[in-house]
Amino acid sequence: MLKTFPIGGVHPPENKLTAGSKIQKLDIPATVAIPISQHIGAPATVSVNKGDSVKAGQVIATSKGFVSVNIHSSVSGKVNKVDTLIDTSGYKQTAIFIDTQGDEWLETIDRTDELKTEIKLSSEEIIKKCQESGIVGLGGATFPSHVKLTVPAGKKCDVLIINGVECEPYLTSDHRLMLEHGKEVLVGISILMKALKVNRALIGIENNKSDAIEHLKTLAASFQGIEIWPLKVKYPQGAEKQLIKALTNREVPSGRLPIDVNTVVHNIGTAFAVYEAVQKNKPLFERVVTITGKSLPKPGNYIVRIGTPVNKLIEAAGGLPENTGKIISGGPMMGKALINTDVPVVKGTSGIILVPQDEAGRSESQVCIRCAKCIAVCPMGLEPYLLMSLSQKDLFEKAEKERITDCMECGSCSYTCPAGRPLLDFIRLGKSTVIRMSRERVVK
Amino acid sequence: MSSTVIITVACLSLIAFLAAVILYFVAQKFKVFEDPRIDDVQAILPAANCGGCGFAGCRNLAEALVKAETFEGLTCPVGGASVMDQVAKILGKEPPVVEPKVAVLRCNGSPEFRARTSIYEGVPDCRIAHNLFQGETDCSYGCFGLGDCVRACAFEAIYISTETGLPVISDEKCVSCGACVKACPRKLIELRKKAKKDRKIYVACSNCDKGGPARRACKVACIACLKCQKVCEFDAIKIENNLAYIDATKCTFCRKCVTECPTGSILEINFPPRKPKVEVQAETVNA
Repeated sequence: MLKTFPIGGVHPPENKLTAGSKIQKLDIPATVAIPISQHIGAPATVSVNKGDSVKAGQVIATSKGFVSVNIHSSVSGKVNKVDTLIDTSGYKQTAIFIDTQGDEWLETIDRTDELKTEIKLSSEEIIKKCQESGIVGLGGATFPSHVKLTVPAGKKCDVLIINGVECEPYLTSDHRLMLEHGKEVLVGISILMKALKVNRALIGIENNKSDAIEHLKTLAASFQGIEIWPLKVKYPQGAEKQLIKALTNREVPSGRLPIDVNTVVHNIGTAFAVYEAVQKNKPLFERVVTITGKSLPKPGNYIVRIGTPVNKLIEAAGGLPENTGKIISGGPMMGKALINTDVPVVKGTSGIILVPQDEAGRSESQVCIRCAKCIAVCPMGLEPYLLMSLSQKDLFEKAEKERITDCMECGSCSYTCPAGRPLLDFIRLGKSTVIRMSRERVVK
Repeated sequence: MSSTVIITVACLSLIAFLAAVILYFVAQKFKVFEDPRIDDVQAILPAANCGGCGFAGCRNLAEALVKAETFEGLTCPVGGASVMDQVAKILGKEPPVVEPKVAVLRCNGSPEFRARTSIYEGVPDCRIAHNLFQGETDCSYGCFGLGDCVRACAFEAIYISTETGLPVISDEKCVSCGACVKACPRKLIELRKKAKKDRKIYVACSNCDKGGPARRACKVACIACLKCQKVCEFDAIKIENNLAYIDATKCTFCRKCVTECPTGSILEINFPPRKPKVEVQAETVNA
């Protein structure tokens, strides 16, 4: 019997079209636009001027405060301007535009493919390196990794959990990383274990990636304390709290963090980025992105420099199909439709999905038929139908009592609703209002 | 048989009498005195319960009015001066000076002026769209046209025009309760002082971007060029955050700023058509 989380969950069609495509390098674009806010927390401060020459890996915006990371240039060339552009948030954000010249990296970066297994840095040095190298959670939430690695006083971590679930349909970037860079990922996990001072790490992988499970199992034999756990295929298995419950049977209480149950969760992509930062001295300026879609001629997985416009990625995958209805950044369940194709790839872009017109539309919203399917599928045990109507009627205090902030916006309720009601849209509205309200209360 | 009926009637009468006596004393003990004027005032108020006065309903305003020493800060925006005069008469106080107000939309970005750059197919709700993205055009300040204000209005004073896609506010129906002001997530609706013949001059734009991006996003955007501020003789125009604002209490409706504005973002409404300028012909000057 495979492990999984106990309540809720859905089974959307997997559509992992690119599971067999090797990771390729995407050509460096002529210009990149690197937003200064690619992580949760304070945006970085721009530290270059127009006309400056930069090399790949050079810091172009420095972190501001603890919950913030450095931003690095992903190409070598000249800074063209610091201006605004629409990024994945849907709003204009400050970004640094760089015209590419050649491909020169900082001399300190080790560009060889040689595997380095010996970890020389101490725990504190690793955490510092993560912030300097701009490492954030690459699963999509983009929470600065060094914050998670810094265990607050009075709390302890006894097990590291690595998220290799990739439960979102279509996406295969973590899957390919495990297959092609398994050793590097495992070294990265060992580094994270050293930083957290734990001797046990559990990698959770959904059972539809049997090749990755087998591959990592053989590799992990030579690493101490790393266990591979196949998990049942169920969305959202990759959600932090659900993964902890499945692997350790510990339940994160409402409004608390994984560290409160002595665990820390990191993503496969993050482990790989940590390996590159610590062992190869390479800051986070490129990542694996899945570009996929049913009508796309050549879907695939690419290593993409941060700041590359999405249209370059679409070009490499064979061009925009005519029947495209929506271009989604992230997974189809939790991702967000893009406003245009000039939007740059950022640290949190795990995939770009081109959804055909006939699948992109919404069904007409009808009245709630009280079937309670949304309650049955909610992995957090909430009542989505109730949260929706409370948000609709501006009853935010009641919504707060109904634990609206526990919603992780997985979208299982909207996906399931037979009446096509926009449950998550309103819950998201209510959640953001409640969070704003509670912040104002703290200020007062 | 007859004795049973008599005993029953007697017992019940006794119980009823005792209960009446108890009820009488309890009622005396727990008597709540309520100013009868509250009912009188409430009867005059419009009973719309719109919340425009800041209270939950008309009854609450009536209580506050009766309790209050002066009417400062207490008015019924719906009823206006006539209702407040009647209330003042009942309570024997000075009637307050009620300034009638009217809601205006500070955005004029119809598709004609503001080109579409994307299509929104999500929930037709302004707040959700505002949480999600900057809008279907390049302006991240303008109106979505999804009608949160229309749904908020209890007086059917707002509708979305099919031509411009923007809300239209009826001057006659608007009671300036402020429900739409609260409903708009982009804070585009403003309550302005009502002028004679419903005349209005205001900057129909809320774009705080610099001139260049604002103009590229919308042809009728305020580009903060300062021309209106310079031409205004009454110090009524202020420019803050790259956006001009006309103070309705200082404006004298001279309309100079309207002609000066290079983008046409200042609107003049309900004015008679301007007289065509008498162009002094070169020939006559020469002669």
